[in-house]
Amino acid sequence: MPEAADMVDVELRVKRYDPERDNKPHWQTFHVQVKAFRSVVLDALHAAKWHHDGTLSFRRSCAHGVCGSDAMVINGANDLACQALIEDLGPVVTVEAIRGLPLIKDLVVDMEPFFAQYRAVLPYLINSDEPGYRERLQSTEERARYDDTTKCILCAACTTSCPVYWGNTGYVGPAAIVNAHRFVFDSRDEAAEQRLDILNHRSGVWRCRTAFNCSEACPRGIKVTQAIEEVKRAILLDRL
Amino acid sequence: MRRFEAVNVHHHSYDAVIVGAGGAGLRAAIETAGKCRTAVITKLYPTRSHTGAAQGGMCAALANVEEDSWEWHLFDTVKGGDYLVDQPAAEVMCREAIDAVIELEHFGLPFNRTPEGRIDQRRFGGHTRNHGEAPVMRACYSADRTGHMILQTLFQQCVARDVNFFNEFQVLDIAFVQDGTSRRVGGVVAYEQATGDLHVFRSKAVLFASGGFGKMFRVSSNAHTLTGDGPGLLYRRGIPMQDMEFFQFHPTGIYKLGILLSEAARGEGGILRNRDGERFMERYAPTVKDLAPRDMVARAIQTEILEGRGVGPDQDAVHLDLSHLPPEFIDAKLPDITDFVRTYLGLEPKVDPIPIQPTAHYAMGGIPTNVDGEVVVDAGGTVMPGLYAAGECACVSVHGANRLGTNSLLDIVVFGKRGGRAMAGFVASSDLPDLAGGVEGDVRSRIERMKAGSGGESVADIRDTLQNEMMDKASVFRSADSLRSALADVQELRQRWDRVSIDDKGETFNYDLTEALELGYLLDLAEALVVSAAARTESRGAHMRVDHPGRDDANWMKHTLVTRAADATLALSYKPVLGDRYEPMERKY
Ligand SMILES: Cc1cc2nc3c(=O)[nH]c(=O)nc-3n(C[C@H](O)[C@H](O)[C@H](O)COP(=O)(O)OP(=O)(O)OC[C@H]3O[C@@H](n4cnc5c(N)ncnc54)[C@H](O)[C@@H]3O)c2cc1C
Ligand code: SF4
Ligand code: FES
Repeated sequence: MPEAADMVDVELRVKRYDPERDNKPHWQTFHVQVKAFRSVVLDALHAAKWHHDGTLSFRRSCAHGVCGSDAMVINGANDLACQALIEDLGPVVTVEAIRGLPLIKDLVVDMEPFFAQYRAVLPYLINSDEPGYRERLQSTEERARYDDTTKCILCAACTTSCPVYWGNTGYVGPAAIVNAHRFVFDSRDEAAEQRLDILNHRSGVWRCRTAFNCSEACPRGIKVTQAIEEVKRAILLDRL
Repeated sequence: MRRFEAVNVHHHSYDAVIVGAGGAGLRAAIETAGKCRTAVITKLYPTRSHTGAAQGGMCAALANVEEDSWEWHLFDTVKGGDYLVDQPAAEVMCREAIDAVIELEHFGLPFNRTPEGRIDQRRFGGHTRNHGEAPVMRACYSADRTGHMILQTLFQQCVARDVNFFNEFQVLDIAFVQDGTSRRVGGVVAYEQATGDLHVFRSKAVLFASGGFGKMFRVSSNAHTLTGDGPGLLYRRGIPMQDMEFFQFHPTGIYKLGILLSEAARGEGGILRNRDGERFMERYAPTVKDLAPRDMVARAIQTEILEGRGVGPDQDAVHLDLSHLPPEFIDAKLPDITDFVRTYLGLEPKVDPIPIQPTAHYAMGGIPTNVDGEVVVDAGGTVMPGLYAAGECACVSVHGANRLGTNSLLDIVVFGKRGGRAMAGFVASSDLPDLAGGVEGDVRSRIERMKAGSGGESVADIRDTLQNEMMDKASVFRSADSLRSALADVQELRQRWDRVSIDDKGETFNYDLTEALELGYLLDLAEALVVSAAARTESRGAHMRVDHPGRDDANWMKHTLVTRAADATLALSYKPVLGDRYEPMERKY
């Protein structure tokens, strides 16, 4: 570990937009210092906001990649600001808001369309059996079947990296499909058919052109494209 | 351009308002759904809440893998809390734990499973079989993202019930109304982050579930947004805060950053070592060793460091060693936390020892409530009609002087549910309060003052200083001197906060403004903590006074209440600890 006091300079270029002042977005460069040892983009954004310009707006909360607040386009690719290491990015870092959702201010976009798409796939366990006073049984194999897609933190990095989504924001997008997958392949759930019908529609799973951007973007390492393929196959093979 | 124009004010009317959408708020919302018109107001999107960061597990004596009973769980909770636990409340929690876990499973929570397909369980600090004999497997879990799964599952159930969320609305004040000779809740005032507008929610009842305030310390496992707004705003309106001196430091935070490495790491076999490679917990807790309760492990680590046996460039850390665990096992049971180590330390936990240090983690104290979530405003048990609290912001008190691991996820679902149910019952038999106009005046003038402020003080500087002083003077070890000095610092910082200037004068996502307002709550709660801690001249649980190292049951077997008057002077009072099923004994593990 290097001494904690070692600092490095970062040239942080942020695409800014203030709806109360600007007609269109513009770039601003901040020269900030962060700790040399494993600082992340969020540290650079905080340095800019706290020591240079308090009007810079971005969402964040947990600061370690579990709450999904701070997906943004970092040096051209979607990532969480709190997980993107400065040492991997080099001394010049560009940051802009994720694409495909309405821009509100600086790095803040309107997440409501994203959550509406999530809600559209019935993202909750549906089972009408009376389970009684004990847990429902599930084997470790059955549990493993949908483990990957339970990791989703709804950060929207996948959906907003998808070229199809940029062109057609009516498409439900990868994140909603991931969350449908989580229930479709849960042995305790009974509504797979309903969800697959929803995803079989015009704005559903067939919009996917397997660009793989989503899998690369996912900060939780979820195999997003694979999940989408599994859902497609379930529809084609008429179920499970 | 809307700059400096009059603030828009909107008016809403509901039966019930829930402030916060973490585990406690969401569980309460599930309970009121379909029973009364409820608004859930949350400054973060629900799924961003810090419940999602919880890792290790949630305890319940299911006895799925070995013999267990809720009574053993109760004993551990009381002993772990150093006998400051209200035993009847803890009994409610430990009994209802079993149903709470089963209910979460029915809601769809993907627990890890045993080979028989039942909910799997693992060991956790302070949880033992038969009153301390040996560690017991009691923690139900989902890999090392149990909190994530609880938050997602509860949110999913809220989506299924079409719960009415006001996302990114920040509650900044509460209104009480006169009702005959007594007072009751009238509603809350919220600030809409997207527009800068103010919203007055008139409501028969309000339940606070706004989480903790661990951001008053430098090294912290808490999110940036855990600033104690809920307790802070109630405290300013005269509601007492209970047991504020008891703040838990979790033994294993990532060095300097404070990011948590769950106790599950030790539950699954991880070992703490000092610079000599010694498993030092054998000296401090011979029976349960690394799985002693958090207060004891944190003090042991601090002692090793103070006595020169620390690791790292400044010798201010110790090692958490997982390298002897099978690699597949680490991937299956501890995938997330080992990833944190790779990302933020650049180390490979399968081979490298991990530098850790105690990290500010959990507020045992907070808004005083009874087991139905009703807020209790004095030592006599008087409730404020219509006011409820649940989760980390509340103090029931089931955690006493030191919370056991896994008992908070349990607390939020058990008391979130009970609070929601009690609130739904209350609103069914009460009328809408008469709320006079202009209740938003205080918030409006606070915002205007903040935007007009030209004193030149910086929020970031004041916050940094607060976090440093609290860490150095009011954390794992405390003394009369350190606390006196901390109090002077906090009071000076409060004066500086009055002279804060912010850059952003706009209405749209003005986090410059909200961070400044949040800092105000942190400062008030820090003062409450330090004053409560200075008065308690004994050591108990997480509150360790080096100048009073023993527990003093004769004088201090009581809860602290700290109350702030309108002129900002503080008064301390005390109330008895409830229950005598277990007599206090020395805490040995
Ligand atoms: C890293 C970590 C790991 C943990 N692991 C465990 C574990 O394994 N087991 C265990 O039992 N416990 C664990 N805990 C403790 C436990 O997770 C928390 O105590 C618990 O989740 C708190 O839940 P809550 O619902 O009270 O608050 P939170 O989940 O923090 O939610 C607070 C809510 O309040 C809202 N809010 C705050 N202020 C305002 C305002 N002014 N206006 C409107 N809304 C507001 C926020 O938007 C948020 O929705 C852990 C804690 C941490 C930090
Ligand atoms: S699948 Fe991955 S990228 Fe997409 S929303 Fe979930 S966590 Fe984010
Ligand atoms: S701040 Fe929570 S994911 Fe980055």
